[in-house]
Amino acid sequence: MPDTFALESEDIRKTFGHFTALAGVTLGVKRGEFLALFGRNGAGKTTFLKIAATLVRQSQGKLRVEGIDTREEPERARRHIGFLSHNTYLYRDLNPVENLRFFSRLYGMPDSEERILALLDRVGLRRRASDPVRAFSRGLHQRLGIARVMLHDPSVILLDEPYTGLDANAVEILNQILDQAASAGKTIILTSHDLEQGLRAATRAAIIDRGKIVFDSGAKDPAIRDAYAAYIRLGVGR
Amino acid sequence: MSPVIAIVFKDIVIEMRSKESVSSMLMFGVLVLTIFSFAFEPSSIERSLIAPGTLWVAFSFAAILGLNRSLAMEIDNDCLQGLLLAPVDRGNLYIGKVASNFTFMMIAEVIVLPIFVIFNNLKFNLQFLEIAGIAVLGTFAIAAIGSILSTISANTRMKEVMLPVLQIPLTVPVVISSVEATSMVLSGDTKGISSWLYLLAGFSIVYLTVSYLVFEFVVEE
Repeated sequence: MPDTFALESEDIRKTFGHFTALAGVTLGVKRGEFLALFGRNGAGKTTFLKIAATLVRQSQGKLRVEGIDTREEPERARRHIGFLSHNTYLYRDLNPVENLRFFSRLYGMPDSEERILALLDRVGLRRRASDPVRAFSRGLHQRLGIARVMLHDPSVILLDEPYTGLDANAVEILNQILDQAASAGKTIILTSHDLEQGLRAATRAAIIDRGKIVFDSGAKDPAIRDAYAAYIRLGVGR
Repeated sequence: MSPVIAIVFKDIVIEMRSKESVSSMLMFGVLVLTIFSFAFEPSSIERSLIAPGTLWVAFSFAAILGLNRSLAMEIDNDCLQGLLLAPVDRGNLYIGKVASNFTFMMIAEVIVLPIFVIFNNLKFNLQFLEIAGIAVLGTFAIAAIGSILSTISANTRMKEVMLPVLQIPLTVPVVISSVEATSMVLSGDTKGISSWLYLLAGFSIVYLTVSYLVFEFVVEE
């Protein structure tokens, strides 16, 4: 695949014991592309993103992020990746500034204080900067999780069901951040159950079913709606 | 700031706020020493024989409480995964956890050890410093193996139960060496103590090296 791809996977397979989570995912996501990945529960969306984020080791296949093989140089690859999961990976006993400061130290970022405060402004948490995360609602947690993802300015942003548990205001903030990231040329892969939310800013849409990509097209392609209805609402082949 | 120091600093801030790890280790350690001090006469021969064992029961079981708390901190909200996303060699994440676990164990022991000295009518002299030195070595070995075992048990169903089940058998050589060395110091006959200290140092190095090398595979799903 050419080096214009920010993320390229070749025949990625993952098995957990006898269960096959991914049955050969080959996908190339170009730099600056916004891919919405749809699928039912257990289709393999989260496993694929976790492999891309180097949290899970694939059983077979190759995956490159910004041209870096994630198996051979995982630390280098991680510098380019921002990953938001169902859990936000934040310490409840620390406040937002302390959490972000800790992660900035792990990423070796000098003079990160200004960036931390700017990010807290962007996610609307500046006024809660000294409150322990323990006191935050699910929506506030998720907003801070978004700030954690953006902290080291990753070029590839992986978002696993990011809208889950967000109120209208938090959805609006997330959309603004995603729009800014997309216009800044970041590569975004977002998984969702919700077709409209997923397609809102996406440039490309794909459907994963039983560990395989079964549909892959432009986000404006009307065929996505039929494919979504077939694979996700009706469950073709189940 | 290096990732190792960042992890230690983060754990200290969390501990200062929650006060769960050191306080539970301290309570347990003091409780064990108190119970044993009531069970035996202060000047009895049995007591002088059992004192080193008492001390190391207090240290090693209190360590499990501290490790469980350290484990809970990283499991909560999947924070361990957040650490794994960092562009850092995963062995360094392990070293960071060893350093913070060792620090908390030592803080508890700094208070428990003088209580042990008082309960056993010992003196704060060179003998006390020698026991403190053995405590540092033994505690380091317990922290080295305990930190990886707590990570392994994090991926199991019965986390809190699994840690002592794995930890106790693997720390037996460390506890035996520490008890024997402490016993020699207390009896005043330190001939042959070096072999127990070498054994302690050996276990510390082996546990630390092996755990550093396998940590990456332990944390991956």
